[in-house]
Amino acid sequence: MDIRAHVSMVFHLDKCIGCHTCSIACKNIWTDRKGTEYMWWNNVETKPGTGYPTLWEDQDKYKGGWERGKNEKIHLRLHNRLGGLTNLFYNPYLPTIDDYYEPWTYDYENLFNAPEGDDQPTARAISMITGKPMDNIEAGPNWDDDLGGSPLYARNDVNLDELSEGEREQLNEIERVVFFYLPRICNHCLNPGCVAACPAGAIYKRGEDGIVLISQEKCRAWRMCISGCPYKKTYYNWASGKSEKCILCYPRLESGQPPACFHSCVGRIRYLGVLLYDADKIVNCASVPEQDLVAAQRDLIQDPFDPQVIQSARANGVPDAMITAAQNSPVYKFVKKWQIALPLHPDFRTVPMLYYVPPMLPVLAKMENGNYDIAGLDKENLPAMLSSLEKARMPIKYMASMFSAGNVKIVEEVYRKLIAVRIFKRAQKVKDYQPAEVEAALAQGKTNAEEVEAIFRLTSLPTYEERFVVPPLGREISIEALERPLDRKQATGFGIRSQTPKREF
Amino acid sequence: MFDSALFIGFPYVSVVIAVVVSIYRYRTEPFTYSSQSSELLENRKLFFGSVPWHYGIIIILLAHLIPFLFPGLWGMITADQTRLYIMELIGLSFALMATIGLVILILRRLTNVRARTVTSIPDWLLLFFLLLQVGLGFWVAYYYRWGSDWFLHIAVPWLMSLVTLQPDISSVIALPDLVKFHFINGFIVILLLPFTRLVHLLTFPFTYIWRRNQIVIWNRRGR
Ligand code: SF4
Ligand code: SF4
Repeated sequence: MDIRAHVSMVFHLDKCIGCHTCSIACKNIWTDRKGTEYMWWNNVETKPGTGYPTLWEDQDKYKGGWERGKNEKIHLRLHNRLGGLTNLFYNPYLPTIDDYYEPWTYDYENLFNAPEGDDQPTARAISMITGKPMDNIEAGPNWDDDLGGSPLYARNDVNLDELSEGEREQLNEIERVVFFYLPRICNHCLNPGCVAACPAGAIYKRGEDGIVLISQEKCRAWRMCISGCPYKKTYYNWASGKSEKCILCYPRLESGQPPACFHSCVGRIRYLGVLLYDADKIVNCASVPEQDLVAAQRDLIQDPFDPQVIQSARANGVPDAMITAAQNSPVYKFVKKWQIALPLHPDFRTVPMLYYVPPMLPVLAKMENGNYDIAGLDKENLPAMLSSLEKARMPIKYMASMFSAGNVKIVEEVYRKLIAVRIFKRAQKVKDYQPAEVEAALAQGKTNAEEVEAIFRLTSLPTYEERFVVPPLGREISIEALERPLDRKQATGFGIRSQTPKREF
Repeated sequence: MFDSALFIGFPYVSVVIAVVVSIYRYRTEPFTYSSQSSELLENRKLFFGSVPWHYGIIIILLAHLIPFLFPGLWGMITADQTRLYIMELIGLSFALMATIGLVILILRRLTNVRARTVTSIPDWLLLFFLLLQVGLGFWVAYYYRWGSDWFLHIAVPWLMSLVTLQPDISSVIALPDLVKFHFINGFIVILLLPFTRLVHLLTFPFTYIWRRNQIVIWNRRGR
């Protein structure tokens, strides 16, 4: 046993309203510099859709993440070690700026300065890379937001591959069109592809909290992390020649605040807390056959109340405050205790530490004779008005492709439990369910009244402190040993540099 | 006197400056120690330029280095006429490959607006001297045949004498101007190394071959 602590995350997709406040919070703090305009460390995409950068999930195209070989061991899909070195001069799988979009601004000044004329002056779009006017903008952030342009973009979503022709057609039918939002940040994976792919060894995971960072001093612009990360969550700063990625707002965490995207989230979909995990199991967890991936990942996470785990964590130098935080962690509850939060694309085998509660299926049932079949009973003998799996408009197979490496059973179990919560609470408030129906729903969801109440509470009524259990990271202790904080006050970052780095050569 | 300055003074100066500044820059400005890739902005032309250029120039550099490091071995190889022919042919084709690659890279930076915006003045300077160097080299190899042989007997003794701190330029002063120019320009490129993005060749990440997959850094304990 090698117990370590990890600051982990849960996004509750049912609550995301697609407002992009999170993305803007992040952009304003971290990526409004030259060379980073196109980067969205936090982005929110519409699913089905091709996402950002376009088709990021298509690993035949980008070769991100790990692959399980014939010998049942995993290797990077991108390259072997020698191959990595021979591709330094040209990385064949690197997305180009056009796979994201060319960032632009507008020539607002012209609105004020244009000479008098017959027409209203316009503000032309100006490329933020070249400074030249861009008259033909062909892509932008969230170009296919809310299925804009659909089915042009959405039909290329790789998660639709598993669906039958009929099922795919249905998704586009008028009055049955369905979508949900998927906010994404770096998953701060346990087996990160970005770290493994970096020839310079510039990317590392912080032992104490698991945050994955790129050393700007060691990065040599070999660009392999961008390909190695299957989520495309490292970005290349074309102006500084360095790769950059989400830093989980570690300066905020270190001062006890949740990351900006968490803090600002309007739907309050985000939870942050500590997970204890067994580092000895990581490689094995990433190497099991597809259908076992989620189970293996749950198995990796340890019970913070188990005395043996606590002892082993202490022996490993995990501070008591961290263990307490792990015991109060909302993430632990969603992921391990209730098992209703799933990793995004476990099939990429990077063991992501950001988990998603899948969105409840749209309420409306199938259309019969032009009417919605709201009152009818479904197969489970429960009124179909509240979602029922069999009549789900978003096929379960689609969800399984995203959240359980295609294992439909796991996603079904999650949904049965979520449905049980709905029916239980509805019976309580609206009283239009018979006790027997409620019992049946609880049994199908393999849950009980107490658990359902707890899930309801943490989903619907959590306080700020319940959503974000930020552990004291004690960073000041380790920093003081290297630098005198007062000497370095007002310096960029935490005392590493006296000025902002700049390329002169 | 002039020859001494060119073939003794200048090489020493350029190498010493290259070494000292490279170390200084590595220690004080590690942030700048790389080649600033522009693949994100343009990748088609880059492929046709960068790949032939890099592989071509690596082989050519090795062909300059091996006779210098292992003169005996090189002498043996080039002693046989067939082998000499083969060496010349290989050398010429890789030199051609590198030259074409470099020309494509330069045209790319001239014509692609995105790539041009990330090209600095030191970059242009470097490209100019590199093009001059491979152009001269190609010319020399073509007009003064059997360079794989005479390099060993003319340039290597001179370079050796420099390394052993007993400078002897007798073998190079009688050379045609074009060849001399190629030699001197070589040291200009060495001089440029620490002041341009050329430093990236010092950071070639060999260690990747054996390092572990994952890197974990602890703040508080020495693990
Ligand atoms: S999601 Fe983050 S940690 Fe995981 S591979 Fe990508 S960049 Fe690395
Ligand atoms: S701020 Fe929250 S609700 Fe809004 S898009 Fe982001 S994750 Fe969704």
